Amino acid sequence: MISRSEVEHVARLARLRFEEQEIALLQQELSSIIDYINQLQELDLTGVPATAHAVNVVNIFRLDEPRACLTQEEALANAPATERGHFLVPRMG
Amino acid sequence: MMLDSHSLTAHECRRLLAVGEATSEEITAALLDRVKAVEGRVGAFLQVDEEGALAQARAVDAKRPEERSPWEGVPIAVKDILCTRGVETTCGSRILKGYIPPYDATVVRLLKEAGLVILGKLNMDEFAMGSSTENSAYQVTRNPWDLERVPGGSSGGSAAAVAAGEAPWSLGSDTGGSIRQPASLCGVVGMKPTYGAVSRWGLIAFASSLDQVGPFARTVQDVAALLDLIGRRDPNDQTSLGLPTPIAVPRGESLAGRRFGIIKEYLGDTIQPGVRRIFEQAVEALEALGGRCCEVSLPSVERGLAAYYIIAPAECSANLARFDGVRYGHRAHKAETLHEMYTRTRSEGFGPEVKRRIMIGTYALSSGYYDAYYAQAQRTRTLIIRDFQKAFAEVDLLISPTSPTVAFRLGERTADPLTMYLSDLCTIPVNLAGLPGLSLPAGFADGLPVGLQIIGPHFSEQMMLDAAYALEQRLQVSTRPPLDVTPAKEVG
Repeated sequence: MISRSEVEHVARLARLRFEEQEIALLQQELSSIIDYINQLQELDLTGVPATAHAVNVVNIFRLDEPRACLTQEEALANAPATERGHFLVPRMG
Repeated sequence: MMLDSHSLTAHECRRLLAVGEATSEEITAALLDRVKAVEGRVGAFLQVDEEGALAQARAVDAKRPEERSPWEGVPIAVKDILCTRGVETTCGSRILKGYIPPYDATVVRLLKEAGLVILGKLNMDEFAMGSSTENSAYQVTRNPWDLERVPGGSSGGSAAAVAAGEAPWSLGSDTGGSIRQPASLCGVVGMKPTYGAVSRWGLIAFASSLDQVGPFARTVQDVAALLDLIGRRDPNDQTSLGLPTPIAVPRGESLAGRRFGIIKEYLGDTIQPGVRRIFEQAVEALEALGGRCCEVSLPSVERGLAAYYIIAPAECSANLARFDGVRYGHRAHKAETLHEMYTRTRSEGFGPEVKRRIMIGTYALSSGYYDAYYAQAQRTRTLIIRDFQKAFAEVDLLISPTSPTVAFRLGERTADPLTMYLSDLCTIPVNLAGLPGLSLPAGFADGLPVGLQIIGPHFSEQMMLDAAYALEQRLQVSTRPPLDVTPAKEVG
């Protein structure tokens, strides 16, 4: 069973926070999913290369030339808070 | 004139427009009326853009017929995972509530350039994570064949809208079965193209090495036409290749000499007896059409689900890091520090399944676990690809049931994530190998639709669609759910 402190550690990495009762439930749920995916540990995959993309394409380039993009106003339109053309966020902790 | 919404396939809309029997406005209005009549029961749409659609339709009608492109004026609806300029796009998540994209996804742009009328945005599992659309932060979508059952997912709205006659065709996305499984459960045709056939630009990313946009419709010919419209290379998506050749509308009704491999691993106990019976009938029909069917074994597909539930969460944990309350979407109030704002924004904005997958992915990628999980899963993926390659040396196409079961009841699988994941047992390996997969309505078990999955080699979409068309003509499966005789019932 994945421990409470492991859940808290992973949550911190993922920038998530859980309530007391959620942590207990997550311990169970994550443990059963991890038990299931652990079946891959049984496979001997020595010498088998890893696949990251199933359809291989290499060196897809486009011309490096200026082209139209979003205006500053458009880019900021969905921001919860802005100031003088910038994204506004709380201070660093 | 009275237009029957179910008879309005995309090809029929095109014909009506071409011969002047109906205007785009009449067709659009008929579909919007259908939406009004059934949405209270089905719940497929997150947003209906009535005004925008009617305005677009009138603009088409104002043009002279010879100025119009072939599909101009035909309506469509799209999954809410696709960015639509000026129209709210939530991806089924609270964290994107109120997000108005400043640009169109490439596929949406292609639809607009083709003159299609966009009716609205369709419900989905939050960030496409789920197999029942029950993970939507906004509403329940019900299966038009039985309103107590799920439409499948994650593109449940896309499948249900087409099944209910609210749209002739729609777009969805498929990361592990999210087009094919709901198509199967709702009794419509759905296709996940080869990885790279369709641009992912403006498709809100879930697992980038698996995600692919694809069409839903009530007929194979419509699916073929829609795939042809969207299968373009896009400089904005470096993994996009486009379709090598245009897709021709399938017409042939013989499958003489075509070799079909029945995937042995998908005939086991996990397949419901009713589903197996329909599958066996489909095999007989393929043989009657001249196809040759034999069993083939792909032993590593049995590891597909485990590999997927490492790879997809790992990729999602990275992709969803962008939802941090800075540039768009929800932001938690009154957070004093940046870190506190990130954490509270994400904890408030994401639903339980999305959080679970971010947690699994973060765990699998975290220090000390990378080789054991992610690297091992990517090596397993290589085995799966090799199994498919071996099979395609022997046969032209592979077949299996699309889903192990018919549509399940709302709430039946929400308590146990692993049970829900099993819904995608037969579809997931196809994404891992980047192959095209199609689900075709093959019949009914206990009155509920059963889909046949057809899988082909990379970029064999034309051959798959031709086979699906021949089988569709032979089977003549009804695509008209008994919605109209169900007493009207308002649902929340």
